[in-house]
Amino acid sequence: MKPPDFNASCPLPIQQYSHVLMAHGGGGKLMHQLLENVFGKAFSNPILDTRHDSAQFTVPPGKLAMTTDSYVVRPLFFPGGDIGSMAIHGTVNDLAMSGARPLYLSCAFIIEEGLPMETLWRVVCSMRDAAQRCGVQIVTGDTKVVDKGKGDGLFINTTGLGVIEHALNIAPKNVQVGDAVIISGDLGRHGMAIMAVREGLQFETTIESDSAPVREPVRALIKAGIEVHCMRDLTRGGLASALNEIAEASGVKIAVEQKMIPVREDVHAACEMLGLDPLHVANEGRFVAFVAGTDAERARDILRQHEVSANAEIIGKVVEKAAPLVTIKSAIGASRILDMPSGEQLPRIC
Amino acid sequence: MKFLDEYRDGDLAQQIAREIHRVTTQPWNIMEVCGGQTHAIVKFGIDELLPKHITLIHGPGCPVCVTPLEMIDKALEIAARPGVIFTSFGDMLRVPGSTTDLLSVKARGGDVRIVYSPLDAVKIAEQNLAREVVFFGVGFETTAPATAMAVFQAAQKGLTNFSMLISHVLVPPAIEALMSSPNCRVQGFLAAGHVCAIMGYEEYPPLAAKHRVPIVVTGFEPLDILQGILMCVQQLESGRAEVENQYVRAVRQQGNQPAQRLVREVFRIVPRKWRGVGEIPASGLGLSAAYVAFDAERKFNLTEHRVDEPADCLSGQVLQGQIKPHECPAFGGKCTPEHPLGATMVSSEGACAAYYRYRRHSAAETAFAK
Repeated sequence: MKPPDFNASCPLPIQQYSHVLMAHGGGGKLMHQLLENVFGKAFSNPILDTRHDSAQFTVPPGKLAMTTDSYVVRPLFFPGGDIGSMAIHGTVNDLAMSGARPLYLSCAFIIEEGLPMETLWRVVCSMRDAAQRCGVQIVTGDTKVVDKGKGDGLFINTTGLGVIEHALNIAPKNVQVGDAVIISGDLGRHGMAIMAVREGLQFETTIESDSAPVREPVRALIKAGIEVHCMRDLTRGGLASALNEIAEASGVKIAVEQKMIPVREDVHAACEMLGLDPLHVANEGRFVAFVAGTDAERARDILRQHEVSANAEIIGKVVEKAAPLVTIKSAIGASRILDMPSGEQLPRIC
Repeated sequence: MKFLDEYRDGDLAQQIAREIHRVTTQPWNIMEVCGGQTHAIVKFGIDELLPKHITLIHGPGCPVCVTPLEMIDKALEIAARPGVIFTSFGDMLRVPGSTTDLLSVKARGGDVRIVYSPLDAVKIAEQNLAREVVFFGVGFETTAPATAMAVFQAAQKGLTNFSMLISHVLVPPAIEALMSSPNCRVQGFLAAGHVCAIMGYEEYPPLAAKHRVPIVVTGFEPLDILQGILMCVQQLESGRAEVENQYVRAVRQQGNQPAQRLVREVFRIVPRKWRGVGEIPASGLGLSAAYVAFDAERKFNLTEHRVDEPADCLSGQVLQGQIKPHECPAFGGKCTPEHPLGATMVSSEGACAAYYRYRRHSAAETAFAK
């Protein structure tokens, strides 16, 4: 993916200071300037522009969905994305997992003193573009500046509000025996992209993060009348954690097949080298869907019509009501447990 | 993926498995020495394809698992000191010492860093001349050349702020110790392919002859392991006790001689305690006289102290192949990867962790298997 050209489309508004100072969070003139010239300018919309202490809006009829997530990624910019776009996609994707249409976001920034203003501006522009692509408005926010050394450059929290405009009951406990398990694409890219940059690992190709919004393919599934029982985005802990959480919530046994799970060759190679399992590695633009078995092929084909889910695959099914368990059939045809990763993913010795 | 998928081919695996069934006429106990092989056996379910009366015994070849408690405690002591940057391979960080682990030392402010190569630790030392940089040198013959190269380079560069806490171990003395034990049930060995890629396999014929056991140098992919088992069973069935090389694509009889020369230059052979097993003579590497300046134990003036393993932990018997992990009363209850009693439950290559991750529920058959 080509890195966005921030300078051409998005010149940094004139600032007296090249770096963020404690005073930018102090409530005075500098903070006012930061809010007006950076956040206000990039995120401008009628609700935000009222500059009220709280955003006011009317909501369409139907159930609402709400979610929150904090983003602490290092480095702030990585192949395939950055903390800004990730903070939008992640929260919008959480809303999409209940089939909700995203409406509004709040954004809170915790900025470490000394962050280059240019960096902040790039992140903010990336958020603006991502929000536009997702059709969501940033309507309220907050900024705090912390002492140098007390933060990791920039932390972002986003909270999302969406509306549910379908009659399906999409929830982990709604998973049923016979459901097909479908993943929306290849696994492990975000985690390995971050690890490669952070640890200075050099592979023959650059692994890009898969950070992307998944709202469109989800909407297409629902619009086509697919009987969706549950969806979950595959972030930290990867597919293995998501499947185990769902098996636990619905009291079922899930069986998947290794050879059906797409993993890109460079991601596979990097995982092999470090002794990691791609099924434990984080993603930022992938989800698993549990749909009625009779809808499986149709659901997969609908997903494949969207770029973000072009490699969707049916990887297994819900076998029976039983003590929660996830099994995987290995490449050589034997079966084993697919467990959640325990603790942090640590590279092996040899 | 090239050079990998070929060795995970399901049809070929079934073919070799059928051949093993065909040639096996009686029960045999075969030990895979290396933790990497144990991991592959359990992860791919290789043992499920074998005849019931072939028992795989999981050997002591996990460097993380056999690093003695005392050595972990020394690492914790050094890592907690102000001014020290303590560097280690990733999976040593979670291994519990007698009181805590390196991850907890890091959480309390210790500068503990994961490196992917000992040479990265040398780089860190060059960039931080005002601080003491220590590398935790753990592993078998496989990682010894890289550890040796780090010491060698640090000496060449004249670095005085770099040292190593060394707990390197050697495979053949461990095989000798196992075979000499009166409780030994092992009738054939799959030797660790990566160790032999460095060392070759000239050390093995005397062991095979003395103890009348076949030894097959074996790789790490499912087809490697199945083929290694087949070769081993063929020898056992025909009453042979020879050294054979299954892993020909990586291992030569003499091994990697430049790597061996470097290891001999930097290290000397010392007695070493193995966690769960006890002290084995001439089974470890320590720095040779010319390089003692890089010995962290001397530099930090650490005192020897004896620590006892938790009484509930039977990892010693697991490491010697006397029991299977799930036969330990603590398995899965008092002892889990989140709260490990012994190192075999910590490392991803440890037999207990492999059983916990992949075999916790005995009925792991899938809908696909039918």
